[in-house]
Amino acid sequence: MKSEFIPPIGKITQINGQCISLIGNDIDTDRIIPARFLKCVNFASLGESVFEDDRKTLKGKHPFDLEENKNASILIVNSNFGCGSSREHAPQALIRWGIKAIIGESFADIFYSNCIAIGIPCFTLPKKSIEEIQNYCDNQFLFLEIDLKKSLAKSKDLNLNLEIKESSRKMFLSGEWDATSTLLDNENLIENKFNQLPYIKFNSNYS
Amino acid sequence: MSKDTLFDKVWDLHKVSSLPGGSDQIFIGLHLIHEVTSPQAFGALKDKNLTVKFPNRTVATVDHIVPTDNQNRPFKDNLAEQMIETLEKNCLQHKIKFFNIGSGSQGIVHVVAPELGLTQPGMTIACGDSHTSTHGAFGSIAFGIGTSQVRDVLATQTIAMNKLKVRQIWCENQLSNGVYAKDLVLHIINKLGVKAGVGFAYEFAGPAINLLSMEERMTICNMSIEGGARCGYINPDEKTFSYMKNRLCAPKNQHWEKALTWWKSLKSDEDSIYDDVIKIDASKIEPTVTWGITPGQSIGINQQIPLLDELSPNDKLVAEEAYEYMSFKPGQSIKDIPVEVCFIGSCTNGRISDLRIAAKVLKDKKVSKNVKAFVVPGSEKVANEAKQEGLDQIFKDSGFQWREPGCSMCLAMNSDKLIGNQISASSSNRNFKGRQGSPSGRTLLMSPAMVAAAAINGKVSDVREFIN
Repeated sequence: MKSEFIPPIGKITQINGQCISLIGNDIDTDRIIPARFLKCVNFASLGESVFEDDRKTLKGKHPFDLEENKNASILIVNSNFGCGSSREHAPQALIRWGIKAIIGESFADIFYSNCIAIGIPCFTLPKKSIEEIQNYCDNQFLFLEIDLKKSLAKSKDLNLNLEIKESSRKMFLSGEWDATSTLLDNENLIENKFNQLPYIKFNSNYS
Repeated sequence: MSKDTLFDKVWDLHKVSSLPGGSDQIFIGLHLIHEVTSPQAFGALKDKNLTVKFPNRTVATVDHIVPTDNQNRPFKDNLAEQMIETLEKNCLQHKIKFFNIGSGSQGIVHVVAPELGLTQPGMTIACGDSHTSTHGAFGSIAFGIGTSQVRDVLATQTIAMNKLKVRQIWCENQLSNGVYAKDLVLHIINKLGVKAGVGFAYEFAGPAINLLSMEERMTICNMSIEGGARCGYINPDEKTFSYMKNRLCAPKNQHWEKALTWWKSLKSDEDSIYDDVIKIDASKIEPTVTWGITPGQSIGINQQIPLLDELSPNDKLVAEEAYEYMSFKPGQSIKDIPVEVCFIGSCTNGRISDLRIAAKVLKDKKVSKNVKAFVVPGSEKVANEAKQEGLDQIFKDSGFQWREPGCSMCLAMNSDKLIGNQISASSSNRNFKGRQGSPSGRTLLMSPAMVAAAAINGKVSDVREFIN
């Protein structure tokens, strides 16, 4: 049983942890968290159901079931990870399982913005580098120290120049990745915009 | 960088501020919510002691978890009942308009908003559902968001987002008889790939798009996300305006004229600049069927499942996974593969025109005895219209079950599920592993007409044999 989930808060500058490799392109959010687990009004119990169907199919051999990965927190994936449904339940399940950062070849748009919104930095690396890391993980433990200020990941053998959208990187460094308060700072501008939009005046009432 | 496209115009109009990190703060003109992705957002508002800023810019309905056989309350499924009750409570508390079951306007959120006239050209539209891209068919900029962003829209009516690039997909010529919008969009996704749209909005344009009805255009924009594009849109034209006229929430009287003038000014300029342009010849497309586990893995009805060598290196890994999961052999014909379940419905193809086309194929025919077939209208309005036209009777006479509106087996959050490794012919949008409720269930995506043909023959069939 994992320790109690504590959501990230404030500035995120450094993430250190063991890598867990999950091989496959186009791994969709239905696979990360099948739809039947969306029948909930909070995210609390999603961690244990992450990749539920894939894990059952592999009968204990799925990376998320392997004993050696149980403390891993940096997920290594391939291309178009998180495609499909917009369900935030997917990154919520991952973060509750223990994932704190993801490094991949590429990410689907909505999944990526959901990750940023809940404090999971997602980095990209070229296909070749990802495959090298995944091969490395096959044979031995890989611990990475990720430095968001420099967009660097280091281990005893590796030095990786990670890519991350500059806007996301800045939000993590400033702690503004939880966007609500930043958005609310512009309350007057929001009111002005509302009053300027032509269609606000056009609409009929539905009541 | 794109310039003077509809996307640029609508984005710039809704931009509230440039945020310190470099993304934009965008005002959301219409916010749609449903029972699955909103409860945690309302919970977060409460935790942060915030209120809903513009309650009348948010509209709710219930779709994902509703049963389609017996909708009496309380639902048999306690969790589903808890979700609808939570939505009812949140809407009541925050004074949000809720189109509940029995209101006459409940249904799949992406079917309901256009039919009520809520969806309008030039708006930004967001919803905690990836198929929000559907609304782009009206020349709005519409995209799916996650629950944290639902919270942000409720609290501020804005979200933080990086501006997308714009790719125009120019569709030349016209679709041939028996080939539908679903075939066109499956073909586009196959040609471009399931991740080509990451970072892009897709503008669908050209003669083949202009010829499509509004409902067909919704099918196209709906599946933008399956090609990786969070947002897809079509420039509004006379068809858009005549669809909108007299809808419940559409502008009326003097407002209509003003709206019309504004809407006409929105479309991409003749000399607008795109980040990328792709051309597709619509006349060459056949009825299209998926054979794999991504919506990009599709072929024409007369083609064979591709051999590994025929695929690009990047597609091989998923193809191997698909052969194994689907138990199909490379080189095998898609035609005549037996199907066990036939599903017509979803936000992609659950509208009245979809039901009309399927009913036309099914009239005076019987569903194969080996097939369980059911049709789930996209909304209460669609269901009522179909009943007035006698379509429900045609479906029932053929052996289809006629159900109540909802998302149903598109994602199987209710009790409509595949069993074991059943193969379904489905008019929905995703053929992901386990998508239709069984961890080993297999989904073949196709047009509603093709689902009807498959139901009759009990196997994947060419619908053109039924309509010519």
